[in-house]
Amino acid sequence: MALNSKIPSGQLDSKWKTYKSTCKLVNPANKRSLEIIVVGTGLAGASAAATLGEMGYKVKAFCFQDSPRRAHSIAAQGGINAAKNYQNDGDSTYRLFYDTIKGGDYRAREGNVHRLAEVSANIIDQCVAQGVPFAREYGGLLSNRSFGGTQVQRTFYAAGQTGQQLLIGAYQGLERQVSLGNVEMHSRHEMLEIVMVDGKARGIIARNLVTGELERHFGHAVLLCTGGYGNVFYLSTNAMGSNVTAAWKAHKQGAFFGNPCYTQIHPTCIPVSGDHQSKLTLMSESLRNDGRIWVPKAKGDNRKATDIPEEERDYYLERRYPAFGNLVPRDVASRAAKERCDAGFGVGSSKMAVYLDFASAIERYGKVEAHKQGLHTTDKNTIMALGRDVVKEKYGNLFDMYAKITGENPYEIPMRIYPAVHYTMGGLWVDYELMTTVPNLYALGEANFSDHGANRLGASALMQGLADGYFVIPYTLGNNLANDISTKAIPTDHPAFVAAEKDVNDRINRLMNIKGTESVESFHKRLGKIMWDKCGMARNAKGLTEAIEEIKALRKEFWSNVRVPGDIKEFNPELDKAGRVADFLELGELMCIDALNRNESCGGHFREESQTEEGEAQRDDEHFMFVSAWEYKADSQFELHKEALDYEVVHPSARSYK
Amino acid sequence: MEHYNMNLTLKVWKQKNNKAKGAFETYKVSGISSEMSFLEMFDVLNEQLVAENKEPIAFDHDCREGICGMCSMYINGRAHGPWHQTTTCQLHMREYKDGDTIVVEPWRANSFPVIKDLVVDRSAFDRIVAAGGYISVNTGNAQDANCLPVDKQRADESFAAATCIGCGACVAACPNTSAMLFVSAKVSHLALLPQGEPERKSRAVNMIHQMDTEDFGSCTNIGACEAECPKGISLENIARLNREYLGAMFSGSKEA
Repeated sequence: MALNSKIPSGQLDSKWKTYKSTCKLVNPANKRSLEIIVVGTGLAGASAAATLGEMGYKVKAFCFQDSPRRAHSIAAQGGINAAKNYQNDGDSTYRLFYDTIKGGDYRAREGNVHRLAEVSANIIDQCVAQGVPFAREYGGLLSNRSFGGTQVQRTFYAAGQTGQQLLIGAYQGLERQVSLGNVEMHSRHEMLEIVMVDGKARGIIARNLVTGELERHFGHAVLLCTGGYGNVFYLSTNAMGSNVTAAWKAHKQGAFFGNPCYTQIHPTCIPVSGDHQSKLTLMSESLRNDGRIWVPKAKGDNRKATDIPEEERDYYLERRYPAFGNLVPRDVASRAAKERCDAGFGVGSSKMAVYLDFASAIERYGKVEAHKQGLHTTDKNTIMALGRDVVKEKYGNLFDMYAKITGENPYEIPMRIYPAVHYTMGGLWVDYELMTTVPNLYALGEANFSDHGANRLGASALMQGLADGYFVIPYTLGNNLANDISTKAIPTDHPAFVAAEKDVNDRINRLMNIKGTESVESFHKRLGKIMWDKCGMARNAKGLTEAIEEIKALRKEFWSNVRVPGDIKEFNPELDKAGRVADFLELGELMCIDALNRNESCGGHFREESQTEEGEAQRDDEHFMFVSAWEYKADSQFELHKEALDYEVVHPSARSYK
Repeated sequence: MEHYNMNLTLKVWKQKNNKAKGAFETYKVSGISSEMSFLEMFDVLNEQLVAENKEPIAFDHDCREGICGMCSMYINGRAHGPWHQTTTCQLHMREYKDGDTIVVEPWRANSFPVIKDLVVDRSAFDRIVAAGGYISVNTGNAQDANCLPVDKQRADESFAAATCIGCGACVAACPNTSAMLFVSAKVSHLALLPQGEPERKSRAVNMIHQMDTEDFGSCTNIGACEAECPKGISLENIARLNREYLGAMFSGSKEA
């Protein structure tokens, strides 16, 4: 099967405009008889469900949490990018496009990324109209800050809770459609299968997580907005429930998986404190606006951070990357931290951490504040106290979170941080219309692979999720469903629904009947360790080859020795988790296969065999300028399809932030 | 910070489903590190129960970083436990010492029926939001974001109200099981912004009506909600909600 990305022809900046004015439409009367299933209610899902409801489609939305407002987009901290150029600092649609392409290490589609940059400004307008309380300046206008991989200030934010505020905005819109009867909401439901009729996605099998009953739901189209799969590593910044199950079921029904090995390791997370650790907590990239990252210049320096004098500190990001300094992209910052720790310069009891220090920012803000208040003081304590208040207003919730987790006061002593799995750029392969290789099955937001190439820039995930849901799918869905207006709702006693439900039921029974001795949690931890050690921040052919065999063996062990307590027809979180871990055990293998196949380094994918003398990632454009789209054939058998990346406007070059 | 390990006794509410009668069960856990979070301590207990071929304790949790609002334990008589402005998932075990006994219950309110063990049904909150907790603006209708300057102080106050995570601790903490702090936070968030002005009156009236329909109790200004709120939502919001509601009623706004 040849991949057709359906990128419209024409000039880069006219592709989306032309598409919008020429795509097929569905009239309001016909929309009322078209049913859409939306799985997941994060930024992509909630915005899509609300908007499609407003347009008149009959929408059914599903989430596994107890309320759509709890999807993990809520935890996004730092901000959302938009090419508004409110700061008059040289920003433009083109620059946002260019930064994103470069940040992704030239592994994303130009057409998609340009569209993303074009609609970015509309997102901010929409969110403000909904009542999202973004940070503002004293003049009443919106405030911006900087994020990694850019030299302009284009990030809009609401303290360290931007994701929460954006998701509440989308959730409010969604609940409004619920009250109007346009959206039927199914919380505490998990999608467990795609139902295929005549080669098209026409519904899902969902499990009611409260009663354990399986339910059949018809839809003319199915939208998967189910987020990323970082939890394959067990420890990540994802929520405990974040999983790949919906995307993986789609993959096994014929949806190709794009670039599964592209994983984002975020440089600034609170380090692991012990074997009990269940998740890792991010400290927002926005902190790198003001925080300086350093380690001692001397190996094994055990003094307290505050006792190490300025000249004995190595601000290694500022040293290695003077142009971008602490604001290099995430992949670069993460590898640099790993390099220092591996070389023996790490700090803290584990020595697997670096400092993120706010002392100079506190002092700088303190001086400005003192000046503003007309205090002609040079007293350091007064200045630091004033500065702390400013830092508190900007990042207070993050500092509080750090203090609660570590028991240390980050206003007084530098934070200790280390990289952790955060986001997955890979996901279901989609065309320009966000449709997977399965007709009528779409993927939005982090669940698709499309816009971030091999590394996502900070504050771009919120942008993409909302772009897909508010501004892209409303057009592209209609273009397809215009051909479906005479398709009547398919009754759920159709043999395809019966068969799909039976498959799900059989699998659940199989899991429950293993009655082994090892917990689901234990298998998940073991998988995570393999993935982190051999398919994490640095990868090599030997490790990946080993990992593939180890995962196969672990999967076999899981299916013969996992213990799932409780019953099927009840609220049973262990059973929910068992299904998710079973899918991670298949995905992990594909990630390693993809990482092994991509014998180059690009963005977050770092192959030790492919690096420059200075240890930077070395791409191989001649052999790997393509998207890897994997087709599921059978257990452990995947066929690679390549979508060539044609750069018409940007000329890929060595990515430099020096 | 000194790390230490401890042995604890837990008395946890077990209830098979919303029809069954519940009761406390006692469990022992050992080797709990002071660096663990409270929920990681529950992970240890659940792993122990699975190993003993017993059923683990059901509890709600997801983000484990204090923002999703899913976790909901009532710990030693306090919603989300003893730490000020802290969700259960952010409570850490250095609060406790070797030999302590900890009692853990679900949120208790008629409007939050128990689903299983420590898990309750908080969908009433969604229905209250659906009754009016939004601004009616369809996608694509918006003007340029900076066309509408918003006074910074009001924007900040609106944001402070909007940080509510909808966990329901306010209801659990209130002797009357009132949901006024939750409803007032939502109403304040939108009433403080110029964008919220057109629907200001009907919003307050409709959300209060839904709150009453859901059988939440009345507010008698006790203040337990504010004291136990993990996000520090202020009682001032309740005063504002009362003003909004009375203002709407006096000006003849009716439920829509």
